[in-house]
Amino acid sequence: MSVEVNEGRGTLAPPKGEPLIRVRGLKKYFPITQGILLQRHVGDVHAVDGVDLEVYPGETVGLVGETGCGKSTLARVVMRLYDPTDGEIQFDGHDITHLKGRDLRELRRDMQMIFQDPYASLNPRKTVGSIIADPFLLHKTVPRDKVKGEVQQLMELVGLNPEHYNRYPHEFSGGQRQRIGLARSLALRPKLIVCDEPVSALDVSIQAQILNLLEDLQQEFNLTYLFIAHDLSVVKHVSDRVAVMYLGKIVEVADGETLYAHPRHPYTGALLSAVPVADPTLARQKRRIILEGDVPSPIDPPAGCRFHPRCPKTRQLAKDQGLSERWMPQCVESEPELEVQPEGQLAACHFPLESRIIPAEPAAPAE
Amino acid sequence: MPEPLLDVKDLRVHFPTDDGLVKAVDGVSFSIAPGETLGIVGESGSGKSVSCLTVMGLVTRKQADIQGDVIFQGQDLLQLPADEMRGIRGAKISMIFQDPMTSLHPFYRVGDQIAEAIREHRDVSKREAFNQAVEMLDRVRIAKPKERARQYPHEFSGGMRQRAMIAMALSLNPDLLIADEPTTALDVTVQAQILDLIDTLRQEFNAAVIIITHDLGVVAEHCDEIQVMYAGKIVETGKTDDIYYSPHHPYTWGLLGSIPRLGQELDRLNPIHGLPPSLINVPSGCAFRPRCRYSFDRCISDVPELIPTDGFHADACHLSLQDKERVVREEVLAPR
Repeated sequence: MSVEVNEGRGTLAPPKGEPLIRVRGLKKYFPITQGILLQRHVGDVHAVDGVDLEVYPGETVGLVGETGCGKSTLARVVMRLYDPTDGEIQFDGHDITHLKGRDLRELRRDMQMIFQDPYASLNPRKTVGSIIADPFLLHKTVPRDKVKGEVQQLMELVGLNPEHYNRYPHEFSGGQRQRIGLARSLALRPKLIVCDEPVSALDVSIQAQILNLLEDLQQEFNLTYLFIAHDLSVVKHVSDRVAVMYLGKIVEVADGETLYAHPRHPYTGALLSAVPVADPTLARQKRRIILEGDVPSPIDPPAGCRFHPRCPKTRQLAKDQGLSERWMPQCVESEPELEVQPEGQLAACHFPLESRIIPAEPAAPAE
Repeated sequence: MPEPLLDVKDLRVHFPTDDGLVKAVDGVSFSIAPGETLGIVGESGSGKSVSCLTVMGLVTRKQADIQGDVIFQGQDLLQLPADEMRGIRGAKISMIFQDPMTSLHPFYRVGDQIAEAIREHRDVSKREAFNQAVEMLDRVRIAKPKERARQYPHEFSGGMRQRAMIAMALSLNPDLLIADEPTTALDVTVQAQILDLIDTLRQEFNAAVIIITHDLGVVAEHCDEIQVMYAGKIVETGKTDDIYYSPHHPYTWGLLGSIPRLGQELDRLNPIHGLPPSLINVPSGCAFRPRCRYSFDRCISDVPELIPTDGFHADACHLSLQDKERVVREEVLAPR
């Protein structure tokens, strides 16, 4: 699979060429065991089930999907926080799938992570200064007597007051804590930062500040982001390309504009239709695709297309053609592969969508 | 205009603390008619939840200094003795909370928890109450309600727990439902389901609904009226279209500018700078002044009043109407 990298927004177009991350056929199964002594292996949670993905230097790739679709697991396997069950991960041209010990620690300098919950991801008993200083002390990149200066510089960089060096996390608001996490992740000048729902827990006004900050830092340090969120509007705003994940698989990859204007996978359509639109007229005009039920269990994913039991499109087609089954036979029998679509994106669907979800132009606002 | 169901007049809720007086709600008035949906929008700490908790009688005179009137169906709830308030809370006014994970008791079956709420207010047998609970679970579109009612909260997904909370809140057919950030902890897909559900149930039960949220995006399609709160005060109120198409307060502009929108290529979001003020030391004059790009001399000295510009639409800002309309045209709506 090869994906055309779009030109990107802003001044820094992602350079083409070698990807920073290349993931091939990545799988991560978590075993389910029964019994206390014998621990019989009775099944697997198929959290990530065959994912191919490339991330190029300087770009932001958004990963979007509902809770339980495996987006966080995928990121953690890429970070090598989990060992992959199968597949290959390349970082900067090197195979890192089986790195261990010292080599793995060296790798961690280049990839960092910020987390969703700014309350749980900072040690409440340590001062902010020592939280941000930890990476320096662990990796010994800066002599001990210079650490404090570096930390204060970082704090300033992310918009914190360097005089608050000796304060504890509880003295900061949610948005400020997210800035602390960001300062910590920047300490070792990484190439890649994985952002796992970094703004979901914040008020919208603070969300916008953090998103802008992420953008500024990307320009300044030529960072690459893997940005995970469940809200498509946030993901589309920050990302050059967006990958939509469902039940351990990527179902559509496109640049934000194409995804918005020409969603092909019905699941992408459903996500788009669920996004709150801050425009009452447009909100009333958009197509509603309400998905039934929750994401099925990843222990025993549905046969064929994983989305078929919840897919409104296959159901409609089956009904239109007067079939006795509720779904089109293709959707139940064979699993669709990612294929290039007319608009240039990749989508894995037997019967892709053909029309917009949110109208291109809202009708004139009511006076 | 129909007779209001709830009429809150000049409500003030001040909490005495060791550090000083926290003016959580400082002179808030609003009303809502049966069948209407009102959105209350503001950041954390703007007083939106406290004003609703006071309406519910969950903030009492023991904890706070409360002034003003809360007239619900002709009686002042603030004057009611505690036991009479218990008869109203749950039966006539009910509330769903932000976090469905913590607002259900983990040790009791979901059906029993709903049945308990019913038995608190109605003289029915345990079996009858349980059957009603099952029926309510069915009405909030939970599949296999009979089996689900016998399960514990940990066996429910986040969206289902929120549905169970809604079932509990609506089981006594209340006249007013207060939803405090009902979807913040949920996925966008589930969020859309829950908001639609609240909407249909509102029509079915002809209840009035108050939705509290920090995200103006969420309430655009569900509310008739919206009021924007900042530092314990209402800074702008109006019909939904007024707030989105001709917002008049700089804080509302900031909230609108903070939302990433699909369909328009915006390089930068236009957020509000800084943080909400401490409610102990609210800035003099206009509380929003330190974060406002348009402030001038008068904003330091005078507290702006909520002044109507036309009909329902009112805002508390010293800028002239011409200036506001110019900023809205050139800076707020133009980038969209």
